[in-house]
Amino acid sequence: MTVPTTHFVIFAALLFAIGAAGVLVRRSGISILLGIELMLNAANLALVAFGRQHGQLDAQVFVFFVMAVAAAEVAVGLALLVAIFRKQRSIDVDRLNVMRW
Amino acid sequence: MLDLLWLVPALPLAGALVLLGGGLRFGKRTTTAVGVGSVGLALAAVAAILVQYAGMHGETVARHVFNWISAGDVTVDFALRLDPLSAVMLSFVTLVGFVIHVYSIGYMHTEGDRAYARFFAYLNLFMFAMLTLVLGANLVVMFIGWEGVGLCSYLLIGFYFDKEYCAAAGIKAFVVNRIGDFGFLLAIFWAFKVFGTVDFSGMAAALAADPARYAAAVTPIALLLFVGAVGKSAQLPLYVWLPDAMAGPTPVSALIHAATMVTAGVYMVVRCNFIYRLSPTALLVVAAVGGVTALFAATIGLAQNDIKKVLAYSTVSQLGYMFLAAGAGAFAGGIFHVFTHAFFKACLFLGAGSVIHACSGEQDMRKMGGLARKIPVTYWTFMVATLALCGIPPFAGFFSKDEILGRVFAAGAGNLNGFGASYLVLWVLGLAAAFLTAFYMFRAVYMTFHGEFRGTPEQWHHVHESPGSMTWPLKILAVGSAVVGLLGVGRAITFGTDLNWFEGFLHRVAPTVEVEHAPSLGTEWVLILLSVAVAVAGILLARRFYFGAEAFVAPRRIAERAPVLYAAVANKYYVDEAYDRAIVRPLGKLAHFSWKGIDTIAIDGTLNASAFFTEIAGDLLRFLQTGNVRNYALFVLGGALAAAAWLLL
Repeated sequence: MTVPTTHFVIFAALLFAIGAAGVLVRRSGISILLGIELMLNAANLALVAFGRQHGQLDAQVFVFFVMAVAAAEVAVGLALLVAIFRKQRSIDVDRLNVMRW
Repeated sequence: MLDLLWLVPALPLAGALVLLGGGLRFGKRTTTAVGVGSVGLALAAVAAILVQYAGMHGETVARHVFNWISAGDVTVDFALRLDPLSAVMLSFVTLVGFVIHVYSIGYMHTEGDRAYARFFAYLNLFMFAMLTLVLGANLVVMFIGWEGVGLCSYLLIGFYFDKEYCAAAGIKAFVVNRIGDFGFLLAIFWAFKVFGTVDFSGMAAALAADPARYAAAVTPIALLLFVGAVGKSAQLPLYVWLPDAMAGPTPVSALIHAATMVTAGVYMVVRCNFIYRLSPTALLVVAAVGGVTALFAATIGLAQNDIKKVLAYSTVSQLGYMFLAAGAGAFAGGIFHVFTHAFFKACLFLGAGSVIHACSGEQDMRKMGGLARKIPVTYWTFMVATLALCGIPPFAGFFSKDEILGRVFAAGAGNLNGFGASYLVLWVLGLAAAFLTAFYMFRAVYMTFHGEFRGTPEQWHHVHESPGSMTWPLKILAVGSAVVGLLGVGRAITFGTDLNWFEGFLHRVAPTVEVEHAPSLGTEWVLILLSVAVAVAGILLARRFYFGAEAFVAPRRIAERAPVLYAAVANKYYVDEAYDRAIVRPLGKLAHFSWKGIDTIAIDGTLNASAFFTEIAGDLLRFLQTGNVRNYALFVLGGALAAAAWLLL
């Protein structure tokens, strides 16, 4: 018995929603990065699921690229956070509004 | 030597370039050597060329200097052309030009070194442009010279540019000439379109081969060319710049605004006589404009008190005679008057310059008088030139003016092109103008040289004869005014023997349009005696009005009895004022409207309004940039959802 694609998609949607909610409601920069990571993985999951349904390997190849980009994004994101912390003594993103009008 | 034809315009150009290239920093001696020397060399070159040319029986020599414009069908060579017509022009332009350069050494010596160098640089440049105009073998090269002399005229009228009226006079001359030049340009384009060439020989050959083919184009081309001539030669209605041009130094008035440049229009009409002779309408227009201008300008000259203004209106009037001749088909006659006029009018202007020099810059004849005793050389040369201008035999003007009036009468009596009556009317106008010319010229002579001095005693004490560099040119030109007329002695004067060398020489390039029934010898003699009688009458009237114990009584009484007429004449018929009202001010208003109305309000306004609204929009929209990271995230998510929804639904 195989798990139907619908299940994967629903799971991926839930995962994406959780990630998005994390990005929107958390004020800590690290939590936001985590939320983004969840959203990326939700997308990966959906890709793999559809790839399996259509019997194509393209999707899986694509997932590897997404993972690589995600790793790079996290590296840059964390480096930014370190820099922000050094400057502001805080990683609360709500305080990062000094450049607005 | 004919291969060195290009040297003739090139030498003065070199002079101008040296003076300008030296930054006008040379001392007076160097400037004189370069400025006068270059024209002297050009005169020597012309003399050598003409001596050689004299043996060539008037054939046309064309010298191709370089290929100038070559694009598609358009080919214009920078080519020079020597034929009897340009030879005549060449001779007096360089001779009178050189004499006036010499005169300027004395006249301008009180100027600073820099102004002195500038003066000679411009004068040299003028000689270059004028010689290019004369020698040009096609309309385009001629046009270059035409524009060049206009530029130099502008520069030299405004020579004392720190005086506002001089600068304004320069601009006026340039702008009015522009109107004429526009007509000339259109004529060149039209001629090129019709003939496929702008070369004089080429156009003449095309017309000779098939006149009927070009019948429709001949009249408009001729009239447009004449528009250019009207501007350059100061004819009605574009004459207004010439009297104002007297703001320039007097040698400039003599050289550019009397002897050479202003006759360029006549030269051009005669040069293109192969076009004009095919168009009776254009010929009549030329004659009518000339005849009316001759009389009109002469009447204004009656009431002018500035000695140079009298001569300026006289120039306009005499130019009218030249066009009258050309319009009556007497092309050689017109050029003959150009030739003699160059001598006596240059002499008159230089004499006036000498008078002004003697009176410490005074130009108002009402403050002169009795100068003959103190400056005899100036007086006698001025007298000779005046007699020449009045047409008293045997001075030069007699022969040329008589030739013109005789030809116009012949055109009238012989019913030229069926316009006989019109030519007879023009003949009467010319005769009346001859009377007025004699009157106003002797009025000037009596007011300036006779009677009691009317200036201050200091001025009288200061009056002195000019230096040799100024009196020698006067003497040379006076001799010229006396004798050059003998080159063109009319047929009637010699009782039918053809001694008219001048007309014979020009016959190849500018043959006179002959009428079928030429007047008899007796009629011509009557005409000659009539024109002399008219001139003598003018002189006697001037003598009665402005000489002796009764001087100034009669004119004053006339001015009192007819104040309106006198004011109209003295104020030049208010033509300048009328132009100001009718053209200058409306144009000024239009320009002001274009500036304040169209440019400032409409164009700038639209631009500023769009910038203003962009700024307002930005001011409002920038509040969307909260600076809150999570806010941005919400926008991104909202956008992504909206995009997804739009894709799915």
